Amino acid sequence: MTDWKFIARQLVKNPLSLAGIVLITLFVIIAIFAPLIAPTPEGQGNPYLIPREGYGATPQPPREDYPFGTTQGQYDIFYGCIWGTRSAFQIALVVIAIVVLIGIALGSLAGYFGGILDEVIMRITDVFLAFPALILAMAIVAALGPSLRSVMIALCAVWWPSYARLIRGDILQIREEDYVEASRGLGASSRRVIIRHVLPNAIYPTLIMASLDIGAVVLSAAALSFLGLGAPEGYADWGQMTQFARNWIVGPIGDPFRYWYAVIIPGMFILFFVLGWNLLGDAFRDIFDPKLARR
Amino acid sequence: MELRSYIIRRLLLLIPVLFGVTIFIFGITMLFSPIERATLYVSDPRQMMDLQSVIEEYGLNDPFWVQYGTWVGQVFRGNLGWSKVVSMPVGEAIFHYLPATLELAIFATPLIILTGIFLGTKAAAHKDKPVDHATRVLAILGWSLPSFWLGLILIMVFYGYIRGFLPPGRLSIAMDGVVNSAEFIRYTRINTLDAILNLNGRVLLDALRHVVLPVITISVINVAFIMRLMRSSMLESLGKGYILTARAKGLQEKVVVNKHARRNALIPVITVSGYLFAALAGGAVITESIFSFKGIGWWAWQAASRLDISSVLGFALFTGVLFVIVNLVVDILYTRVDPRVRLGGGVQ
Repeated sequence: MTDWKFIARQLVKNPLSLAGIVLITLFVIIAIFAPLIAPTPEGQGNPYLIPREGYGATPQPPREDYPFGTTQGQYDIFYGCIWGTRSAFQIALVVIAIVVLIGIALGSLAGYFGGILDEVIMRITDVFLAFPALILAMAIVAALGPSLRSVMIALCAVWWPSYARLIRGDILQIREEDYVEASRGLGASSRRVIIRHVLPNAIYPTLIMASLDIGAVVLSAAALSFLGLGAPEGYADWGQMTQFARNWIVGPIGDPFRYWYAVIIPGMFILFFVLGWNLLGDAFRDIFDPKLARR
Repeated sequence: MELRSYIIRRLLLLIPVLFGVTIFIFGITMLFSPIERATLYVSDPRQMMDLQSVIEEYGLNDPFWVQYGTWVGQVFRGNLGWSKVVSMPVGEAIFHYLPATLELAIFATPLIILTGIFLGTKAAAHKDKPVDHATRVLAILGWSLPSFWLGLILIMVFYGYIRGFLPPGRLSIAMDGVVNSAEFIRYTRINTLDAILNLNGRVLLDALRHVVLPVITISVINVAFIMRLMRSSMLESLGKGYILTARAKGLQEKVVVNKHARRNALIPVITVSGYLFAALAGGAVITESIFSFKGIGWWAWQAASRLDISSVLGFALFTGVLFVIVNLVVDILYTRVDPRVRLGGGVQ
């Protein structure tokens, strides 16, 4: 318990991690209160579909009712950014949860039993790590058909190997500890040893690292969406909103920044969201890295 | 271990990885019905009427292993298949698009590594001083930036605001004409290099103007990474006994940092630099797509998003081989940098 108090104190003391906490809190608030901040128009069923003001191609600047303006296709940028926060959390939490579960299952099997099982699982992770993750994810999304669900499946498929390896490494270390030996000496079954003794000791660092991967997951999902392999058109999603702006980067002669709002604003949401998690992550890494803490 | 047998052993390890990657990608395509896959082979709308014969011709109804076996057989005969998205054989597509990617990698890798080493050393030498904090903030900002968004903003400023200054693409239309003319010999298809070899200043300048923004986009994120790695490696090195000895001898701090600490701290950076080059040479998908800098990453993106399976498989083979070879080179270099390390693992 004192550990947690110590960590919390360190995090608040450091201005960078404090900024991270503030940013994340802000996004949590936006996600929770999305229906109040950007109310869904009456009669619209799915709140994740961005309402649009006509069908014109050219983005229109911020004005009354549309504080951030409307992007290509007259989608409301404000609405899309606010509800996109929910999409971001949804993608991140689902992907991280699944990846950690797969990682724990395969990593502990490989690490605890070793031998041929370990060899097979590790060679499979090699296969996944040898291929550029983004391209693999793209191929999976393309095969499954672009949707938010496909993006999540694709990200899980490319993300689990690193967790399986991480957990395997931790377990290899813990397996040699005296208390595991003692438990085995007392006649405990493998299952009992893994679940009661090995996992609890291996899992906490993993969980912390995993929660800090949220920013990276959201960044990858946004990149997929930007490349046209994400949510269907009109779905509240930051990556897609940035993609909408792609044809409007440069304004007409004499007014080069005419469409700035369509380009800048959705990207800012992605940047600050990811920044929040990375600021926190950096502080955590310092606290947990004893090699650096001593100096 | 003897160098040659070590290299052979490592190359043999490549085989199961390549089989694994391609079987997995092949497996993804099996999610489709033969009819859907047949449409991927069709280039002429008239053939749509007779998909059944396409299925017969390509054996799309055969069991998974038969189809995979056929593909492997073709690969061993040097036939990687047809890249539908760019209408040329896959092998040719790799050679056609690789030079653009290499051009970016050649400029970006040294820039990233030198900047990263410089800033990382500064940060470690001045730990907890303003320099350290500033580089830390820059690093975190760097790897939080969505690269596609950074690219768009760079275009907005350097192509929109300063009109036409640093344009997207690889060459302007006029220079493209020069490069494709008979007098200009395309030795490498890497524009900047060819311009130098042809002693053509105008092409060189034009090619450089197109290279700047993509290189910056690629570098921002990766510099952050190398810089942080260098910093922690330096901090570890600065805590070693021989640093204490060097300081006790009364050596200048500059000598201690640059000669004694940095040399040893460089070792992990060398490894990562190898990976970095391999990753960049495997194509910077997002950067190449934003700047229409058509390299191998752009090609892979087109192929993956339009399910051009023979291209994706060809790309998989290419990146797999690339990674293993770069890894091998890094491991061999390692033994030169750090004499304690021996090939095949183990420390003397």
